[in-house]
Amino acid sequence: MAEHFERLESILGQISGFMYPNEIELHWGLLVVLYPYITGLVAGAFILASLERVFRVKEIEPTYRLSLLTALAFLLVAPLPLLAHLGHPQRSFEIFLTPQFRSAMAMFGFVYAWYLTVVLLLEIWFEYRADLVRWSDSERGLKKILHWVLSLGSRDLSPEAVAFDQKAVYTITVIGIPSAFLLHGYVGFIFGSVKANPWWSSVLMPIVFLFSAIVSGISLILILYYVTTMIRRKPLDMACLDKLSEFLLYALIIDLSLELLDFIHRLYESEESIKILSELIFSKLFISLTIVQILLGTIGPLVLLAVARFSQLPAELKRVTYFIAALLVQVGIFSTRWNVVIGGQLFSKSLRGLTVYKLELGGMEGLFTSIGLLVLPFLILFVLIKLLPPWEEARAEKPLVE
Amino acid sequence: MRIWKFPDQVVRLGILLIVAVIAMVVIRDQFVPESFGELGHYRADAIISIENQPIRYAGSIICLECHDEQGEIKSASYHRTLTCEVCHGPATAHAEDYESQLPVVERDSRTACLPCHQYLPSRPTGFPQIIERLHNPPQPCIGCHDPHDPTPPEVPGSCAACHAQIARTKSVSHHVQLSCETCHETLPDHLQSPRSFRAKRPTTREFCGRCHGAVSDTAPTAPQVDIASHGDRYLCWQCHYPHFPEG
Amino acid sequence: MPREYERREILIKLMELPCSALILSVCGLPDAEASTETLQEARAESLYGMGIQVDKCIGCGSCVAACKAENDVPEEPFYFRTWVERYVIYDDGRVDVDSPEGGIHGFTPNQEDGADVLRAFFVPKLCNQCDNPPCVQVCPVGATFRTEDGVVLVDSDYCIGCRYCIQACPYGARYLDPRTKTADKCTFCYHRIKQGLLPACVEVCPTQARVFGKLTSRASPLRRMMRMSELQVLKPFLNTEPKVYYSKLDGEVR
Repeated sequence: MAEHFERLESILGQISGFMYPNEIELHWGLLVVLYPYITGLVAGAFILASLERVFRVKEIEPTYRLSLLTALAFLLVAPLPLLAHLGHPQRSFEIFLTPQFRSAMAMFGFVYAWYLTVVLLLEIWFEYRADLVRWSDSERGLKKILHWVLSLGSRDLSPEAVAFDQKAVYTITVIGIPSAFLLHGYVGFIFGSVKANPWWSSVLMPIVFLFSAIVSGISLILILYYVTTMIRRKPLDMACLDKLSEFLLYALIIDLSLELLDFIHRLYESEESIKILSELIFSKLFISLTIVQILLGTIGPLVLLAVARFSQLPAELKRVTYFIAALLVQVGIFSTRWNVVIGGQLFSKSLRGLTVYKLELGGMEGLFTSIGLLVLPFLILFVLIKLLPPWEEARAEKPLVE
Repeated sequence: MRIWKFPDQVVRLGILLIVAVIAMVVIRDQFVPESFGELGHYRADAIISIENQPIRYAGSIICLECHDEQGEIKSASYHRTLTCEVCHGPATAHAEDYESQLPVVERDSRTACLPCHQYLPSRPTGFPQIIERLHNPPQPCIGCHDPHDPTPPEVPGSCAACHAQIARTKSVSHHVQLSCETCHETLPDHLQSPRSFRAKRPTTREFCGRCHGAVSDTAPTAPQVDIASHGDRYLCWQCHYPHFPEG
Repeated sequence: MPREYERREILIKLMELPCSALILSVCGLPDAEASTETLQEARAESLYGMGIQVDKCIGCGSCVAACKAENDVPEEPFYFRTWVERYVIYDDGRVDVDSPEGGIHGFTPNQEDGADVLRAFFVPKLCNQCDNPPCVQVCPVGATFRTEDGVVLVDSDYCIGCRYCIQACPYGARYLDPRTKTADKCTFCYHRIKQGLLPACVEVCPTQARVFGKLTSRASPLRRMMRMSELQVLKPFLNTEPKVYYSKLDGEVR
């Protein structure tokens, strides 16, 4: 604890202006930045999958199952940064026992459980069921057992059953779209409903969160599709990449418009908080907001994508540009989450001072833990891909009935 | 298997769901704390544990049970509104075990009184304040001021003892020639109970007019104005700060 | 494609959540409050509030020290249940606000003389024990709550340490106790007031800048202050309905 106090002492020395004495300790750190980032990826990946299934965008079919598995891998990791951040993670089940329904955070338990079970797991199950049956029939050993368990002992491969599966997937996806909105939107509401904080309190917050989620999800799938296809030494489906980048572009445009709207609205209304917030943007958040989030993370990729998608560049150059744009988007969206969460705590609620955020390297709230938590979903995804291969060639022989 | 025409998949999932719901209900029943919900959405027992927190400040009444002598002295002094514990620290422990749990008693300090009496512009005007480095160094405070009856050894010669900031402001203005009593008629009771017996203030323009309306013997060089018309309908001090009229 | 499957499938999906909710509610979600009658009785008995007369505060910091001593608050200057802010407003409009270690050791002069000072004063701050508390609203588990006598308390055996309440408080009144890793804040010295004593900060205030009492009682120092002064609360536009009333509060105070 002495270390903790030392850190707080040094923060004390770096405060400019006046902070309430209890505000010296910044309460929501890097771990809380991770949570909206991860759930955003989940929601975005799922929305992309729904584009294929519900809106019948056939070009992105190669990414459909991959999107589902990605969403699952990240969703499984999503509660971990929250648990790590809690003062008493062992009491976290209280959210399920006695949720205080007026709190947006209490919704976490239910929205998460609903999304994980009724949307993701159910959809993956119905999508893979026929294959699971066939795989468990034709395999041996551990894989056979695992696939049999996952199929819940189901054996029915009749055309009616398979058709039912397809219908179920469609229905679940339709339900899943608003559920994905809810999963990430409520996180936006957690921040947007805090009237005490003028940086967070905004009607636009859930919407902005949602669209940055869609942007980050699409770009993640683009990256994953690119990387996994390269690793498997298969040809990249250019039509698929073109379509992904198109959607990414449109989503980026909407995202940028929303951010601009928020910015212009604040400047125009010029409420009391504008002075300290301007100071915040131009001092503490200058690099992470203006440079990383806006320039590198939104405008840069927007230009790259527009040029690459609608120009006559050769395919190899196009897809590298897409890839770079997608990477930049990831950095930009992470920065967006950082600017919201950390940015909102860098100024005093007295509107008279600014403080600093000291990022530790080690410890529960440290950089290394967060890096680990960001790597973990990819490891889980690796396991899921091994268990439930999403590739075209891995599907069992008998074609599915449409 | 199919039950009631539900497809096989739905049956299997349904079984899973029922098991999960039952598990949830059972767990919930087991683990929600007993007193939760009795008074509201919280554990009612929490109120009991908060109420049972130990008490550390006893209150003057307890102190006076034994220390009535000091209490009596204090009750008529400037410090009568202070509790014993604001200087001597929390005393419940002492009240329960008076020999081993001794309260704080500052004797040789020149700093113990400063948190209240060091001059700060933010303190209310009229509150007795000193500038420590100018005020009789290096004597300890209690050398001249009995903490239970801190009346200064000499009755303050001037209002400046409590109203030092005003005195300092006035001292660099032309009004330095004026004593406080010139404008502020003050009862001696003001020294005893300042907020209850406040100093009087002039109420009319003519008051200032005694020097500034017609050339007088006491202030031959005072700037002259037509008292009846100067300054519209405002009173003099609504524009001119009397303690520093040049500013 | 047979339509029956589709219909049943949708029906089942639609029924899953309400069924769970139904079962859960039958087995007992926590009840709402006790009967209205007992509530009204309790309310009629005591609704606590505090009054602060800003023009009387001398910035000695005794209240801050007493609070920490009485309530076992960590000594480090990052955890305060109450604190004192000093405001110095200069002729040119500049406003200097500070609260060195919450004011626990009083204040030292930050300038030699008050020559160019227009107004200057001290403002004690603490949890406002709001009647519409945003901190209670956001607690996900019900670990912080408002008692019927108007005091907002924290159940540190139930708090999970998510810190949402700390974010939601507009007044900066809450902190996370580093020892228990739970949220904490001023309780109006609930353990004292239930025994008829005064909160520690009110007890030690040398100038009676702080007054305490029941809002429902006709005879208390608080009542007199409320009658004789124009009252203000902090951040009224947030509709938190604070129960700490300030008289002579300057417009510069946030």
